[in-house]
Amino acid sequence: MSAGGDRLGPQTKAHFPLLGRQVHGRPIVYLDSAASSQKPRSVLDAMNSYYETINANVHRGAYEIAAQATEAMEAARAGVARFVNAPSADEIVFTKNVTEAINLVARSWGGANLGPGDAVVITEMEHHANIVPWHIMAAEKGFELRWIGVGADGRLDLSNLERLLDGAKLLGVTAMSNVLGTLNPIRRLADTAHDAGALVLVDAAQYVPHLPTDVQALGADFLGFTGHKMCGPTGIGVLWARAELLEAMPPFLGGGEMILDVRKDGFLPNHIPHKFEAGTPPIAEIVGLGAAVEYLEGLGMDRVREHEVSLTAYALRTLEERYGSELAVHGPSEPACRGGVLSMSFQDIHPHDLSQVLDDRGVCVRAGHHCAKPLMRHLGVAATTRASLYVYNDTSDVDALADALDVAGEFFAR
Amino acid sequence: MAGLEDLYREIILDHYRNPRNRGELEVPPAVQAVGFNPLCGDEVVVYVDVQDGVITDVSTGGQGCSISQSSASMMSTAIKGRSVAEVRRLVRAFKHMMSIHGTGIGGTGDDLDDDGDSGNGAGDVKLGDLEALRGVVKFPVRIKCATLSWNTLVQALDETFA
Repeated sequence: MSAGGDRLGPQTKAHFPLLGRQVHGRPIVYLDSAASSQKPRSVLDAMNSYYETINANVHRGAYEIAAQATEAMEAARAGVARFVNAPSADEIVFTKNVTEAINLVARSWGGANLGPGDAVVITEMEHHANIVPWHIMAAEKGFELRWIGVGADGRLDLSNLERLLDGAKLLGVTAMSNVLGTLNPIRRLADTAHDAGALVLVDAAQYVPHLPTDVQALGADFLGFTGHKMCGPTGIGVLWARAELLEAMPPFLGGGEMILDVRKDGFLPNHIPHKFEAGTPPIAEIVGLGAAVEYLEGLGMDRVREHEVSLTAYALRTLEERYGSELAVHGPSEPACRGGVLSMSFQDIHPHDLSQVLDDRGVCVRAGHHCAKPLMRHLGVAATTRASLYVYNDTSDVDALADALDVAGEFFAR
Repeated sequence: MAGLEDLYREIILDHYRNPRNRGELEVPPAVQAVGFNPLCGDEVVVYVDVQDGVITDVSTGGQGCSISQSSASMMSTAIKGRSVAEVRRLVRAFKHMMSIHGTGIGGTGDDLDDDGDSGNGAGDVKLGDLEALRGVVKFPVRIKCATLSWNTLVQALDETFA
């Protein structure tokens, strides 16, 4: 491991046009990739080129550019399948985001399979996207929602896992916490859940962008991720699910594209994945996601992970050396067990105030509850200040964050 | 570009560090309302005791950033002992100042108040120390922090007269 923690950052920064700009007269220091990543030139060019050369609706017109648009979209689907080692591109359903992917599972699979006496197990560190759909469906269908708690070290408390899973039909779990950075033991959880007869839904929004992902090795049944956190555009997410599950599930949204036939007395749904893709899809965004996948493959996901472990180690060390007990980073302390998400409490400065001063120095971080209010209550805080790292960050960004913390400390001590 | 000093005026930081009328009131006779800022997780609790149309006592609790907490503190000192009618005018004037159209540009007379009043909304209401919060408008994300306790106060008053 390099002492500096620089592996990819200095080389990759130049690929991202936005990172060349200034804010408040200073070079931008972008540390909010857990909320949304920046986009490399190749992704922007792919989307632009789509509109400039082959823009047409997909899966219908017989003319040349319509065929090319369809081909570009389906090539992106194949690329996404390859990226997460899905057995078939037919198992890749394009959604708007992870939120929609999970709502699709809750509404379609849950609507058909859950009722009184059933249980769904989720964890206290879930994003609201993997909580609220289950609240909604539980109220409608009368099943029980059970919670795996979080221990003091920011990891799941699995001491009563078997009991929680007893009689459960689904386990919903985040692969990596967007607040704590905790990497959860998905394979172990999936094996235990399967032994109990439950399916496993993985919220991989924070995982797929940062670690090599193999949906088969993880043992998941459903797995959702989103384009905009992995160098792709907003408005495009992915639900991967095993083909036989998708085949058996009723449609989610109804409309064009998702049918084989429509009569006055009913309809025949399309084959997967189109059964779940009603209406004209976000074609340019899908093409952009395909380019994002190629960009990340070019860097190599093993190198991405190595870079982030190294930079996270540098960040944890730097913050500890410079601020000691004045600054607490929530979540596991070993970089190998976590992602590059640093949720901080600094002195007694409120996160909203802290992020305001950091912004004044060009440092972009997220302040708030990070759409994880049950976890915030567990941590006993209303909000944290979160800095998150990605492929384009380097030690200079971490140093800029630390320098800006100095300024904030002085500002509020006056 | 708006500087941090436009936002964090000395009087704001003073109210943040030494909040006035902080605590709880007995319910009843007081009425309690809770306000949430879903953006940042801030919570403000406002207690008001209204006797014969006058706010005889007020207390605020909860947790939040310096802007939301100081705004609650300044609000409490501004409304204590005043009639509900006066306070409702003060709320309108404050929210007008906190609207992007209410501050700095002037002259249009546009009013975005919830109650749809025409005119500049401020009338001849004196905002006093509350003027210190005017700089918040230059940081649009923070406007909700400044107005949280005021919206919660309106909830409490509406409940009092429900």
